[in-house]
Amino acid sequence: MARSTLFRVLRPLSPRAKFTIGILAFVLPVGVWSLVSYVPAVWHPQIMITDAGSVSYLDAGSHMARDAFESEVADARQEGRAPPKGVRANPIYLPSPGEVLKAFYTSFTTPPETKDGQWLHQSLWHSIRIIFWGYVISSLIGVPLGVLCGAYAALGRVNEPFIEFFRYLPAPAFGALMVAILGIYDGPKIAIIVIGTFFQQVLIIANTTRKVDPALLEAALTLGTRNRQLLTRVVVPAVLPDLYRDQRILLGWAWTYLIVAELIGTTSGITWFITQQARYQHFPNVYAAIAMIGIIGLGTDMLLAVLGRRLFPWDRSLAKFA
Amino acid sequence: MNDIVIPGHLLPSYREQSAAVRTRFDSLKARELILTVSKLHKNFDTDGKSTVALKDINFTTHRREFLCVVGPSGCGKSTLVRILAGLEEHSSGDVLLLGQPVTGPGSDRGMVFQGYTLFPWLTVKKNVMFGLEVNGHGKHESEREAMQWLQLIGLEKFADVYPHQLSGGMKQRVAIVRALANQPRILLMDEPFGALDAQTRCRMQAHLLEIWRKIDITIVFITHDLDEAIFLADRILVLSAHPGEIQELIEVPVPRPRSIAQIVTAEFLATKARLEELIYSGGHEPAEGEDYPIMQRMTNVADNVE
Repeated sequence: MARSTLFRVLRPLSPRAKFTIGILAFVLPVGVWSLVSYVPAVWHPQIMITDAGSVSYLDAGSHMARDAFESEVADARQEGRAPPKGVRANPIYLPSPGEVLKAFYTSFTTPPETKDGQWLHQSLWHSIRIIFWGYVISSLIGVPLGVLCGAYAALGRVNEPFIEFFRYLPAPAFGALMVAILGIYDGPKIAIIVIGTFFQQVLIIANTTRKVDPALLEAALTLGTRNRQLLTRVVVPAVLPDLYRDQRILLGWAWTYLIVAELIGTTSGITWFITQQARYQHFPNVYAAIAMIGIIGLGTDMLLAVLGRRLFPWDRSLAKFA
Repeated sequence: MNDIVIPGHLLPSYREQSAAVRTRFDSLKARELILTVSKLHKNFDTDGKSTVALKDINFTTHRREFLCVVGPSGCGKSTLVRILAGLEEHSSGDVLLLGQPVTGPGSDRGMVFQGYTLFPWLTVKKNVMFGLEVNGHGKHESEREAMQWLQLIGLEKFADVYPHQLSGGMKQRVAIVRALANQPRILLMDEPFGALDAQTRCRMQAHLLEIWRKIDITIVFITHDLDEAIFLADRILVLSAHPGEIQELIEVPVPRPRSIAQIVTAEFLATKARLEELIYSGGHEPAEGEDYPIMQRMTNVADNVE
């Protein structure tokens, strides 16, 4: 693959290059991570103690800075005591890919730490339900409202300035208010996701609706289409593939509000799992949980992309980037 | 225009009509009026400035007439056909379809646009069914009629194909029957073949004449291609630019049925010479940015290409 064929403005890649580069997108960051984790010369700024020797405040398994360790070793040697032993290690907050991979499996097989705690799969399922309901409630109102705002200038004018103002208000700021109104369980969490998604949704859907090709509207008018039919038979089908794409992006948005939403009231779901594991300093579990959110998010989006291609076989812009 | 010599003095007048052509025009003019346009004015208001797009347009079309509208760019021919379709409002004057004033778009006037306006989410058959369905025909009836129309133009094999799978010419053929399926009184066509390549355009012109011969339809056809206008039209409405005014309504003396061979006949050339005289020697100044300067030489003086 010559450089000249890889870097051409707005040219599609060959299928092979597309596949290889797509794999590299994941391999490269994991490679850097492995390098930092397994090659001590790259970073490893700390020492993990394997034998405390004569130093009373050290425990096997604890971490300490390299220079402090070296001065302890020097002191012990000078005074003829047993020196502490240790191996170079990264800080505890950066586990190696292998540890995280292992945690991926063990976090599912490890029972909850407390007896009223939840298994990881239960936490994940709870989070998915929060996202689902937040997204569905937001879409049930946001999509029709957005389409109407886009189609009818008067409706857009009466709604959009207010929504434009509202979307700058950070959704988590409504946390306390939502708890006061909806209690401490799932209600306020779903509400935060709705607040975070809804206002963007109306504006994005309205803008997409405005992009309908006016020539198609004129053609429909000359064929005798009137009022409501113009909306249901022309505007909506014409922008449907784009609405679908918008909805996919907005689903990603809903996920980003999940963690703050779940911190509100009683911490729950995957956020509860992450904070709990971080408290016990089980950082491989924390990374595994974060990666799981990514995998679920990406997996859903890829599934929706495939579904989109089947739903809208006429859509050229989808085919181009498939 | 200098190097093409049209021997005007050798041509008959474009007003001379053979007996057959004259008889045809007499019977055409005896038919009932479909469209009456009288004292039509159109002003555009932009930034508080009013420009006259169309000024005092008067003409009529008879049933099953083929009328072409030609004129230089900016003469308002597209505006005219959009007013007839009801897609734009006129400033004053009357547009009457069978005596009824045109107030907005409606299924009694079909339209074919220059750009491809088939609905991309509908198959070819469902595109043709669209007009029937929105006008209250049942699904089965619409489907049956749509298939008949597709058979008429020989595209029934493509009934279940999406528009993006069709060539440009096929798209316009479907667009024509989609408009005709509503059985409009008049078919308005705004440079429908403008985006097609030369060969396809030629075949489409013959195809359109074939459709027009077989169906009770009156056609108003906008074009800037003079050959196309002469080949298709009974009468040609010539507009001038700034403001758009009628220069002449020419009765095409080329006899029917038309064939591509007629393009070199005396009647054809005489009509074309008259159209060129009207359109290109209108004497109006070129608009700003549309005058082409004599360029400075940037090559060796000995290195000539002509």
